[in-house]
Amino acid sequence: MGTQDGTYAAGVPDGAPAAGEPDGGRGRASGPGTLVEPGGAGERAGAEGDFIVLDELEKVFRVRRKVGRLRRERREVRAVDGISCTVARGEMVGYIGPNGAGKSTTVKMLTGILTPSGGRLRVAGIDPSRERTRLARRIGVVFGQRTTLWWDLPLRDSYALVRRIYRIPEARYRANLDRCVQLLDLGSLLEVPVRQLSLGQRMRGDIAAALLHDPDVLYLDEPTIGLDVVSKATVRAFLRDLNAAEGTTVLLTTHDLTDIEQLCKRVMVIDHGRLMYDGALSGLHEVGESERTLVVDLERELPPIEGVVGARTVRVEGPRQWLAFPASASAAPIVSQLAAEYPLADLSVREPDIEDVIARMYTGS
Amino acid sequence: MARPCSESSVLPAETYGARAWSGLRAYGHIVAMWVRSTMAYRTSFLMLAAGAFAGSVLDFVAILIMFSHVRVLGGFSLPEVALLYGTSSTSLGLADLLLGSFDRIGARVRDGTMDTMLVRPVPVLAQVAADKFALRRLGRIAQSVLVLGWGVYAAHVDWSPGRQALLAVTVLAGGAIFGSLFVLGGAFQFWAQDAAEVQNSFTYGGGTLLEYPPTVFAKELVRGATFVVPLAFVNWLPVLRLLGRDDPLGLPGWVDFAGPAVAVLCCALAGLAWRAGLRAYRSTGS
Amino acid sequence: MRAWRLYLSVAASGFRRYATYRVATAAGVFTNTVFGFILAFTFLALWTERPHLGGYDRAQALTFVWTGQALLAAAALIGGGFQEELQERIRTGDVAVDLYRPFDLQLWWLAADLGRAAFHLLGRGLAPLAVGALFFPLALPLSPLAWLAFLGSVALGTVTGFALRYLFALTAFWLLDGTGVSMLSTLLSMFFSGMLLPLNVFPGEFGALVRELPWAATMQVPADVLLGRYAGAGGLLRAFGFQTAWALVLLGAGRLLQAAATRKVVVQGG
Repeated sequence: MGTQDGTYAAGVPDGAPAAGEPDGGRGRASGPGTLVEPGGAGERAGAEGDFIVLDELEKVFRVRRKVGRLRRERREVRAVDGISCTVARGEMVGYIGPNGAGKSTTVKMLTGILTPSGGRLRVAGIDPSRERTRLARRIGVVFGQRTTLWWDLPLRDSYALVRRIYRIPEARYRANLDRCVQLLDLGSLLEVPVRQLSLGQRMRGDIAAALLHDPDVLYLDEPTIGLDVVSKATVRAFLRDLNAAEGTTVLLTTHDLTDIEQLCKRVMVIDHGRLMYDGALSGLHEVGESERTLVVDLERELPPIEGVVGARTVRVEGPRQWLAFPASASAAPIVSQLAAEYPLADLSVREPDIEDVIARMYTGS
Repeated sequence: MARPCSESSVLPAETYGARAWSGLRAYGHIVAMWVRSTMAYRTSFLMLAAGAFAGSVLDFVAILIMFSHVRVLGGFSLPEVALLYGTSSTSLGLADLLLGSFDRIGARVRDGTMDTMLVRPVPVLAQVAADKFALRRLGRIAQSVLVLGWGVYAAHVDWSPGRQALLAVTVLAGGAIFGSLFVLGGAFQFWAQDAAEVQNSFTYGGGTLLEYPPTVFAKELVRGATFVVPLAFVNWLPVLRLLGRDDPLGLPGWVDFAGPAVAVLCCALAGLAWRAGLRAYRSTGS
Repeated sequence: MRAWRLYLSVAASGFRRYATYRVATAAGVFTNTVFGFILAFTFLALWTERPHLGGYDRAQALTFVWTGQALLAAAALIGGGFQEELQERIRTGDVAVDLYRPFDLQLWWLAADLGRAAFHLLGRGLAPLAVGALFFPLALPLSPLAWLAFLGSVALGTVTGFALRYLFALTAFWLLDGTGVSMLSTLLSMFFSGMLLPLNVFPGEFGALVRELPWAATMQVPADVLLGRYAGAGGLLRAFGFQTAWALVLLGAGRLLQAAATRKVVVQGG
């Protein structure tokens, strides 16, 4: 885990603000993002208007594992290893990383489920681990794998309970419910018990439940996992509108790059508990030097394609060949050149895997 | 569009009293919802309640069969045992009705639904207590009250107002003691998720123990049920006083009235254990 | 012959699976022991008043209690067997897949339940009996033959118990809510198996009837075999015969019900 020292310095583009300055790490869409320097940024008091402040946040788990028959060894797992960042009101931030990177752990600390082992964490000026219920009134959470609704009750009853629990005024509740029902197409589902809903329907129901009390911030933990294409589109459109119209801060944890591309201007990449990148998505591909893949099906088996400008052949299997080219470049000139020089039967473009992007970032170029 | 940080929705720091009150209100709302949902399937509810009633009847039938062979058990007649049975079973039934879901905490920790509760602005204790509120448990309480009523009628006790009050207080305090055992067992499951059954052996086992007179059991067991787990204060000590009998341990007379005080102490201890358990869970996750 | 190996492996995996629930098993042993103590003292008081009640002396009555607690988990006397799983599979419709597989549903669950029972007999049976023997004067037999007969009776009793619970579980095909049926099954088993009170203590005609019911085969008969109440080969034959007869009848009824359920699933398309 310590090998990252030094290898990042080469990756920081010229002219970009360094991570230590107050503006560093905010990532506006126009400029390139920055890689996060390890070693911390010192005191991050957070500027005016910062809604979420993380300062060297840590979470260490002590895991006991059996070694051999009787002995147990104790290991420390640093699920979150010193993350510092700030999120302003009204931002929509993507939070991505491979499995086990620490995404869920961070969200659990932000929502007050877990208490941090070290560092400082404030949401709307409140410490989630100390004042859980006070914060809970102002946040909405959507878990991907499990529902926040009551399993055996119809959707309508669950919402009525949410109204009581969050003490939402009647008029506000009516307005929010009607709007959510309309935008998320829940009208026919209100009398159905939650356990009989499909995954996509339940997800939409969960999102509505999380927004009835007008939260200041919405956390979504893998919200589109397992959803069909139509449901994904509905959910994404809804979140976009929500952020634009209500100014709700949104933190979206996901394994799916398409979610980020469609929704978030800013993305934070976490791996092994550390923040690897904090900025715009386009910058991520640049910084990670990720590549897209062109899968070419030739009419017959040929020796490896060469001489194509801007692409290199990485794999050959019978008449199919894989060509890699920089993710930020366009595929069009490469395709034209291939079509002119080779007998093409078919071709397709594959997007870079987030794991590949991060793996590249980790090991340097 | 964007709301300023200094808006008035920032609440003052919550005191214990405010938390308790908000917990109680939320408990009420959640319970009301479950009751309403149960009533939507009225026939099913009535059948289940009748089933619960029948089940407890069978429980008492076993005691009746015993008394078909003997006149006294451990020196106690059937009406006297009915008083013991009635108080124990009603107290346990009340605790079971009002705090029914604490044996499922291990399962909730395992499948992650405990996190769902932590995200709501309601104390977790209130949510767990109200979870899956089962109105059908009234069936058992109904049966216990009937047995208790018969015991009151048939036992040779002069039911002065003071004695009636003692009986009523006994049942309520007993319910609180059992309730604190439920909460304690639930807290224990934060550390040992599979051990829900241990809790059951103290609550349901304790309930069965208290149906019989203390003279039946060995002195060590009675001591344990008095000083280690304060089950004797649920009904043994008060009912023995009502029946004008001495308790087998020869304790001073005033302990017979200590039920409510013991209940308060148990609830406090259970509350502390609960906080510790929740704190541990929030530190280690699931 | 292939089929036997399949069911054997199902039983083995049932055993292994329950063997992994170490903490739950320990907690169960604790519960059994606590209830054993409570019932033992109660019986002592009862038998002190009536020394030969039901034909048992005090040591035998105490042995009855601890045997009941030892068999509680294995024979799933108050729930804890396969019923909930099967009912859940029926409710969700997953059972339709099972019905099309090349093995018999009833035999499958029987094998799994026997595997579980074997583990529970070892894991939750030995310890309470040992504790009981430590604290109370029990009338356990010395001859290994008697113990062998006991184990045989326990096996037959478990099969009978399975057949009963299978019938109750299958009702989930027709009823929407399984909680009522489960409650009924548990109640009947608790009362009529002899767990609360030996069936020999039940008075008069009611007692005579209760001793002929199938639930008696699950706990009362094995306990009586252990206590030597079925003396000699003739007696054992009577005991085993009673258990086997009920087992066959109930398993047969189970197969009939299963066939009806399969027809229902096929007709309704799962």
